[in-house]
Amino acid sequence: MSLVVASGLTVTLGSRIVLEGVDLSVAAGEMVTLLGPNGSGKTTLLRTLLGAIRPTAGCVVRPADLVVGYVPQRLAIDPNLPITVARFLDLPERTGSARKRAALARVGIDGLERRAMTELSGGQFQRALLARALLSEPQLLMLDEPTQGLDQIGKAVFYQLVDQVRRDTGCGVLMVSHDLHVVMSASDRVVCLNRSICCEGAPSQVASAPAYHALFGRDTQGALALYRHQHEQRHADPGRDIA
Amino acid sequence: MLDDFLVRATLAGVGVSLAAAPLGCFVVWRRMAYFGDATAHAAILGVALALTFEVSVFAGVVVVSLLMAATVAALSGRSFAMDTLLGVLAHSALAFGLVAMSFLPGVRMDLMGYLFGDILAVGRGDLLVIWGGATLVLTLLWFRWTRLLTATLNPDLAFASGVHPRVEQFLLTVGLAIVVAVALKVVGALLIASLLIIPAATARPLARDPEIMAAGAALVAIIATAGGLRAAYLFDTPTGPTIVALAAVLFALSSTVAACRRRL
Repeated sequence: MSLVVASGLTVTLGSRIVLEGVDLSVAAGEMVTLLGPNGSGKTTLLRTLLGAIRPTAGCVVRPADLVVGYVPQRLAIDPNLPITVARFLDLPERTGSARKRAALARVGIDGLERRAMTELSGGQFQRALLARALLSEPQLLMLDEPTQGLDQIGKAVFYQLVDQVRRDTGCGVLMVSHDLHVVMSASDRVVCLNRSICCEGAPSQVASAPAYHALFGRDTQGALALYRHQHEQRHADPGRDIA
Repeated sequence: MLDDFLVRATLAGVGVSLAAAPLGCFVVWRRMAYFGDATAHAAILGVALALTFEVSVFAGVVVVSLLMAATVAALSGRSFAMDTLLGVLAHSALAFGLVAMSFLPGVRMDLMGYLFGDILAVGRGDLLVIWGGATLVLTLLWFRWTRLLTATLNPDLAFASGVHPRVEQFLLTVGLAIVVAVALKVVGALLIASLLIIPAATARPLARDPEIMAAGAALVAIIATAGGLRAAYLFDTPTGPTIVALAAVLFALSSTVAACRRRL
């Protein structure tokens, strides 16, 4: 069952066509990764699926009661706005302290409830964002480059966490990422975007597609190798040996 | 008890403080300080129009403030940077208001009252309007609080949770127009923005959560208005400016305390 279906999406911002004729769907339990160079419209696509941008053409179909957990690319908290982790988790709905404690423990930052959001390290901050998104028990998790600013190990551990959440809750995941090798190992489907979709499919298919190479250059040979290596070792210790 | 003008003035000040301070926190968090200024300066134009057409000053100010807010919203992001746009609109509204006032016979004497407030002249009717407006704004904030906060933190986060940032922005604007209208009598058009921003800025270093900051701001505003009234009475100084001056002193104190704490 599809959680969200976009068909023929075209988005124009100002006079620039950012997305053109994009078809995309995410099913329950599926992990889909959006790849693409800077300015290829990845964030715009996510925001259109969220309802924050109205498409110029095409449409987004999603159940009215779909619960979305969203982790934005960047969350700049105004220094004049004091907010602790616990209060942040209570947005937009208050929840019990036991649930908050459990959510923080799940993402591996237990005991930080009283810490100010601005005092968190980059990795802790991203995990707090994920914890908040998980508290609403989302059917669809949307992550926009959630590991920006994390080191390689931090990235691998973060993606492992997302993968675990998906397995536990059966939610669909739509993720934007630049971290080719780490991401590909866990994704069911990879979608390469450059204004319109230039190729999509299973990670192994996409990694050998000419369009993908045109987009990401020669380096991706390495990514492919890593992907295969990764794939074989999946059950041993996913993600970590990449670093 | 309400016969005493100082009691009436204090009640008016407390009413305005309770509404302006928490709303002022949103003005600070959303970096709308200039926006507040523009809305407040438009009040003079509202007064002039209300007097011309012989409708209530409160209604005139609310309507013109809302129109100003709508104009800013419509023009923003077009050809000028926001601060330039607001600078143009805020001072033009004030200038047009003052020009319009000059056509009205007999208003010249009251002009100072509209510019700098006339809290000592608050009557029972004014008190009713002030507390009515304050209650309206507080009710709005109470029921929309987490939605407003989510939309303030990040519009996309709000969208994902089914909160419409534009709706919340609009509600804040309405609240702002009401606060401007009720605060006009207390501190006057030129100083209204200070009642929004200074208490919030004073409470910021002492708060760890948004609710604490809003409550702290309300407390600071009440101390400033009640204390400013007393001080103005004792030293025979203009009331509105004395209230704002006291608020500024409190801001300096809280900033100093915060700076010392950081050192330690």
